[in-house]
Amino acid sequence: MNADLLFSQADWDFDLLWRTYDAIEDIAGTELGLITYPNQIEVITAEQMLDAYSSIGLPLMYHHWSFGKHFAQDETLYRKGMRGLAYEIVINSSPCISYIMEENPMSMQALVMAHAAFGHNHFFKNNALFQQWTDASGILDYMEFAKSYVSQCEERHGHLAVERVLDAAHALMSHGVHRYPKKRVYDLREEKRREEERRAYHEQTYNDLWRTVPKSATSRRGSHDLAERKKRLGLPEENLLYFLEKSAPRLHGWQREILRIVRNISQYFYPQKQTKVMNEGCATCVHYHILNRLHEQGRITDGTFMEVLHSHTNVVFQPDFDDRRFSGINPYALGFGMMQDIRRICLDPTDEDRVWFPDFAGNRDPWGTLRDAWANYRDESFIQQYLSPELIRKMRLFKVHNDSDAPSLEVTAIHNERGYREVRRALAASYDVSRLEPDIQIIDVDMAGDRRLILHHRVTDGVLLDEENAVPVLRHIANLWGYEVRLIEVDATTDMTLNEYDDVGPSVPLVG
Amino acid sequence: MRMNIIDRRLNPKGKSLANRQRFLRRARQQILRAVREASGDRSITDIASGERVSIPSDGLREPAFRRSGEGGVRDYVVPGNKEYVEGDLIPRPQGEGGGGSGGSGDGEGEDDFRFLLSKDEFLDIFLDDLELPDLVKTNINRTESHSLARAGYSVSGSPANLNLVRTMRNSLSRRIALKRPRPDDIAELEAEIRRLEESGDDPERLSELRVDFDRMMARSKRIPYIDPLDVRYSRFEPVPKPVTQAVMFCLMDVSGSMTEHMKDLAKRFYMLLYLFLTRRYHHVEIVFIRHTHEAKEVDEDTFFYSTETGGTVVSTALTEMKRVVDERYPTSDWNIYAAQASDGDNTSSDNARAAEMLAGLILPLCQYFAYIEVGAEYKDWLGRETDLWRTYKSVARVAPNMAMRKVRVRSQIFPVFRDLFSKERVGNAGGGA
Repeated sequence: MNADLLFSQADWDFDLLWRTYDAIEDIAGTELGLITYPNQIEVITAEQMLDAYSSIGLPLMYHHWSFGKHFAQDETLYRKGMRGLAYEIVINSSPCISYIMEENPMSMQALVMAHAAFGHNHFFKNNALFQQWTDASGILDYMEFAKSYVSQCEERHGHLAVERVLDAAHALMSHGVHRYPKKRVYDLREEKRREEERRAYHEQTYNDLWRTVPKSATSRRGSHDLAERKKRLGLPEENLLYFLEKSAPRLHGWQREILRIVRNISQYFYPQKQTKVMNEGCATCVHYHILNRLHEQGRITDGTFMEVLHSHTNVVFQPDFDDRRFSGINPYALGFGMMQDIRRICLDPTDEDRVWFPDFAGNRDPWGTLRDAWANYRDESFIQQYLSPELIRKMRLFKVHNDSDAPSLEVTAIHNERGYREVRRALAASYDVSRLEPDIQIIDVDMAGDRRLILHHRVTDGVLLDEENAVPVLRHIANLWGYEVRLIEVDATTDMTLNEYDDVGPSVPLVG
Repeated sequence: MRMNIIDRRLNPKGKSLANRQRFLRRARQQILRAVREASGDRSITDIASGERVSIPSDGLREPAFRRSGEGGVRDYVVPGNKEYVEGDLIPRPQGEGGGGSGGSGDGEGEDDFRFLLSKDEFLDIFLDDLELPDLVKTNINRTESHSLARAGYSVSGSPANLNLVRTMRNSLSRRIALKRPRPDDIAELEAEIRRLEESGDDPERLSELRVDFDRMMARSKRIPYIDPLDVRYSRFEPVPKPVTQAVMFCLMDVSGSMTEHMKDLAKRFYMLLYLFLTRRYHHVEIVFIRHTHEAKEVDEDTFFYSTETGGTVVSTALTEMKRVVDERYPTSDWNIYAAQASDGDNTSSDNARAAEMLAGLILPLCQYFAYIEVGAEYKDWLGRETDLWRTYKSVARVAPNMAMRKVRVRSQIFPVFRDLFSKERVGNAGGGA
């Protein structure tokens, strides 16, 4: 029996977790050069894991029915055995919190610690998107504030009123981010103070007289110059939640505050959307190498290593396009594949690699190269920059062109000399965040007239909005805005109007 | 130490309970429908044990602006090419638009949405918006029922009720107000004195510090850390708990003409009523009275399962009920409910007497009297009214607290039950079918 052996049994205990963590940390620090937030590992039960799932992965969340719905859904699937639970959940915070489940064997705990506490953690701390857009040390405090604020509102204004605002805000969540923001730091005290100020102002300026002023007296002033009006309202604006929070004429202070909370959460998750492949690739790559190294050093048994590999291969499995199990490209598989490929190019490049990647082919510094990639790219640019012909061949990637007017689909590029660049470009483009979400902007408000809000959807490639979803979302916007809303779908290249949702009015007044 | 392991397994459970309540409230209409449908053909004992319900997902969707799944021009990159070369044409797959890596479908299906309701949730929904008629007479009695309710704080009490937070808060504010020296300051001063003593540098300052130190020590002795003044106890006050109690009389004709099927229907009705009463009253007792040509109070098993032969004289059951009420359930203390099940047969000479007893003696005692006429499954019912039905109808016409319904098959039980106790009916809960 090897004295270095960390563990040989399946059961875990806290002492083993510590020892294993230390061994992993050693490799992660010296060999891989990872720089992480301090770690906090929390052991939870399956039920708690389901809990964490259903409230979008944050340990603190305000209450909303949709989380209850997701919980019920996940629970049903889980109890039926149709879906396993995630092995881990990791939160982009400082300290970085990783959840591990009590049911898992020790081998899995080791894998999870390497994956989450080092892989994801390093990525969160070093990737430029996360650095720019999230404040890891402030998020938990902010969520604490958000949670208690929402429950205060529920007490003060009733569940239903709060639920309506949250429903509307959630519908607009993906359109509640600043895509080109300045870095802002959440500060609990600052948030609280701002909120109090808002309320104090409201109380100060409250005058009962206003109630008696006849409401219909809308003084029609001379029509303003369109450009000036837009400028004053900051239009066009693609952050719908921001615009509504600041400019919707009829919302109460607390309603604006709730919109702000949802917007801040959305902004917090914005980087994660853009880095799925890289984030998972990074974590998978890290756990794979750390556990390989532990095995080489004789610190885990062959049996443990086989278990680990079994889970690992499950995670990075990529079914072919004609497989029943195919549901798009597995971000774990693509990310892990690319990062393994980068290592190969650094250590053992072919002539082809030297032509394609002159910067780092054969530089003998795989981890440095990877750390640089992890820090400075997002999915789209990472694929555009690093996807190699070798991997395109290995995955047998090909590009299919689907024009809904044509009778059939066309293969426009495959994994050959002529196709590499096209496949790479198209794959990268499919991860472009502006492609994932429709480009919707607030264009104009008729402030002097009937206050109708006008939105444009700039249609790319002729793909319109899903109507079944668009109408209820517009209804939500109208409820927040308080007046009618019109959405026009305009072709981005020709400026032709393709579709129009006319004058959706508020269904329930949010403000009495 | 840079790492931290926290065991969260013992954290309070049900963190998502609040979310679940909100979800149930939101889905109320759909769940209600599902529960009603599910209960139609299920036995009542099953009903009480929770339910897997399936509800349509409309009203529970979370809409967001999404790109449509069809139309337009899309490019996909997919893995696993086998034989395609550039320029190949692939026939459009039926239904789905090809590769599929384009959409960000997060599994938001149109399908029904299935999940498990707990027993309590199920019953809440199942019996929701049902109300007992005429609760006026409910009694606040039963002296045993006192409960303790929090009632602020007091300066005296038993040590078990010591309120630590309050006490420490008082202590802290008193110590701050009276400027009790902090232990840290004392320790600091002490260290300083020791340093000076050892080095012997500045004897003047040393003696000054000694004086300070003595003063500090004296002060911290004079001002105790916790003073009896600080101590607070949680105070509890006994509050009389209104216990409403009810007794439910099950009357049933067990003569030969009552088939098993009919008894089964009656039993289901009784169970529903019992379930319902137990959720409205703290204390519910049941009295089973069966009758042929003579009536007898029996236990539950005998009531449902033992057979008896004889004629049918309804008034005997009413007499027996009156006797039991007089003996054990004074109307001043009890809410009395009665449910009578019968196939409608009665000795014709008894009809007048039964009506008279019901109107004159029984109904004034009862909160509510429900008459359920059970019938054979395949018999045509619309034909003629039974003797008993006609007799009771004349009574029910003028009595606000009596209702009568006909039940033929199992699935009718719950609708009939709801009909009898639905909230709108309360107040004008008149008779009549």
